[in-house]
Amino acid sequence: MEKFTKITGVAAPMPLINIDTDMIIPKLFLKTIKRSGLGKNLFDEMRYDDAGAEIPDFVLNKPAYRNAQIIVAGDNFGCGSSREHAPWALLDFGIRVVISTSFADIFYSNCFKNGILPIILPQEDVDKLMDDAERGANAVLNVDLENQTITGPDGGEVSFEVDAFKKHCLINGLDDIGLTMQKSDAIAVFEAQNATSMPWV
Amino acid sequence: MTAKTLYDKIWDAHLVSTDEDGTSLLYIDRHLVHEVTSPQAFEGLRTAGRNVHAPDKTIAVPDHNVPTTLDRLEGEVKNEESRVQLDALEKNALDFGVHYYPVNDIRQGIVHIVGPEQGWTLPGMTVVCGDSHTATHGAFGALAHGIGTSEVEHVLATQTLIQAKSKNMKVEISGKLQNGVTAKDITMHVIGQTGTAGGTGYVIEYCGEAIEALSMEGRMTVCNMAIEGGARAGLIAPDQKTFDYVMGRPHAPKGAQWEAALAYWKTLFSDEEAVFDKVLTIRAEDIEPSVTWGTSPEDVLPISANVPAPEDFTEGKVDAVKRALDYMGLTPGMKLTDIQIDTVFIGSCTNGRIEDFREVAKVVKGKKIKDGMRAMVVPGSGLVRAQAEEEGIAQILIDAGFEWRLAGCSMCLAMNPDQLAPGERCAATSNRNFEGRQGRGGRTHLVSPAMAAAAALTGHLTDIRDL
Ligand code: SF4
Repeated sequence: MEKFTKITGVAAPMPLINIDTDMIIPKLFLKTIKRSGLGKNLFDEMRYDDAGAEIPDFVLNKPAYRNAQIIVAGDNFGCGSSREHAPWALLDFGIRVVISTSFADIFYSNCFKNGILPIILPQEDVDKLMDDAERGANAVLNVDLENQTITGPDGGEVSFEVDAFKKHCLINGLDDIGLTMQKSDAIAVFEAQNATSMPWV
Repeated sequence: MTAKTLYDKIWDAHLVSTDEDGTSLLYIDRHLVHEVTSPQAFEGLRTAGRNVHAPDKTIAVPDHNVPTTLDRLEGEVKNEESRVQLDALEKNALDFGVHYYPVNDIRQGIVHIVGPEQGWTLPGMTVVCGDSHTATHGAFGALAHGIGTSEVEHVLATQTLIQAKSKNMKVEISGKLQNGVTAKDITMHVIGQTGTAGGTGYVIEYCGEAIEALSMEGRMTVCNMAIEGGARAGLIAPDQKTFDYVMGRPHAPKGAQWEAALAYWKTLFSDEEAVFDKVLTIRAEDIEPSVTWGTSPEDVLPISANVPAPEDFTEGKVDAVKRALDYMGLTPGMKLTDIQIDTVFIGSCTNGRIEDFREVAKVVKGKKIKDGMRAMVVPGSGLVRAQAEEEGIAQILIDAGFEWRLAGCSMCLAMNPDQLAPGERCAATSNRNFEGRQGRGGRTHLVSPAMAAAAALTGHLTDIRDL
């Protein structure tokens, strides 16, 4: 997994609430057996018309936001399915940070497994960053995971909370499977106990 | 001893270790796998030279993109990308030695229907699957939730999951349901009350007289949509109905093990003194047959209501409602029962079980669906299909004009050829009405099986109580 320490990038505003995983990556694109290549279909139905041409109004099609690395979104971003294709598509497009007041549970944890930092902030902070993001190419935010801060174009700073373990994995690009395998003795003990106490499992 | 909720008890029984910061390693008893969210996970194992840790606890079944038309029995899946995914599942299942039900096995079906049917899902277990509707298995008093593909790989490799504990929420449905009101209406009504983010961070335990009165099928319908309320999982304490359902299933314990299991299962309930972080109480009599009008499962109203206006909502939601009404092609103020329907889809892991089809058969027996209506019934498993045929239900549906399909997810998410065309409007018994969910530009109204049947007959959303 790619390490995440600091990102300085353009933030795109997506104030719509309940942006679901079907919007992020429609099921049409779930037939792949790979993790890469989904960026061109990120937000497919919002981004392209029926003939496949770009819809100029859609935020990521606007010249100022084509290279956005950050999305500032409305409440409950990522609700819907467990598809990890959603963070894969975001990452493949180049998005490394999503900021909202709330995220759906599974999406939130999927982000961390793919080097994307989802940041939960109170409404007033999201509103302020949304304002910043509205400024097009000037909407550059600086996200510093180490210090847990976001700095806006005017120099204003917002700090955010993040689970210590998730932060540690993201900063070091650690694969959880390797970490868990270090606990294989504890797993073996659990399994041995269970084989006696609950043999039907 | 401190009082515990049902969730606390299952959690504690599966803790392998807990770090200082509260991050826990949870043991997973059953891992269900389907073709869409697993190929990258198996690929990851291969690349790292890892094995499946507990192939005996891992069950693979293709469902999301299998065709449901009868020609599937004859041979190859025509859509190449679907075929590649289905072949990958088969190869992975065989290479890694996990349990596998091939496409044309009678036990094949939607993973959340197959698990309980085959006795893989048992009370007190932890069950995960790379699919958000894993919540369904909570109906057995199992802690069951969806995971992403990286977590699928993690469970395959270690049979554990890194988790932080959720909070406890209780949803109590007191009293008795009115006639014509079903499990589906309960679960939709709850989401209407909490919103799609109301359950975020919680595991919901459903209880109360109306929940106890439900069959296992109904309880699965309720837990299935816990995820639509944002909850990590839904749970219902096991009782005699649960035990009766489980007994004799192919993978349920037998003999002395059954007795031991039963004794344990009877301890699985929330202690009287247990504390919930949030409690919601709803009177069953207040629930009407429900229907969604918008593009989020929280856009729920009783069938007797009218389409709302954006001004009826508070700030953040106003734009979303404008967008939803526009997408759905609806005018504020119109009666929900005036909404014309051209397609009816009955099936999915929410309502693709035998009891659902019995309900539909009751409504349509001896009648014909509206001229020009496209209506399909897609069983949740090959065994549900066989049972419906044996009970004569299939024939009643066919005589009424329904298509009678093979088992799979079908038009619930429209990954196979079963899709809505732009502008088509469907009464669906599935669980999501997102934009494009059933086909680009397609419009979905979520309803119970009985309400879907009623709409098929009349050609518009219909109050089942008026039929
Ligand atoms: S029926 Fe629908 S919701 Fe259920 S598993 Fe299949 S696609 Fe998912």
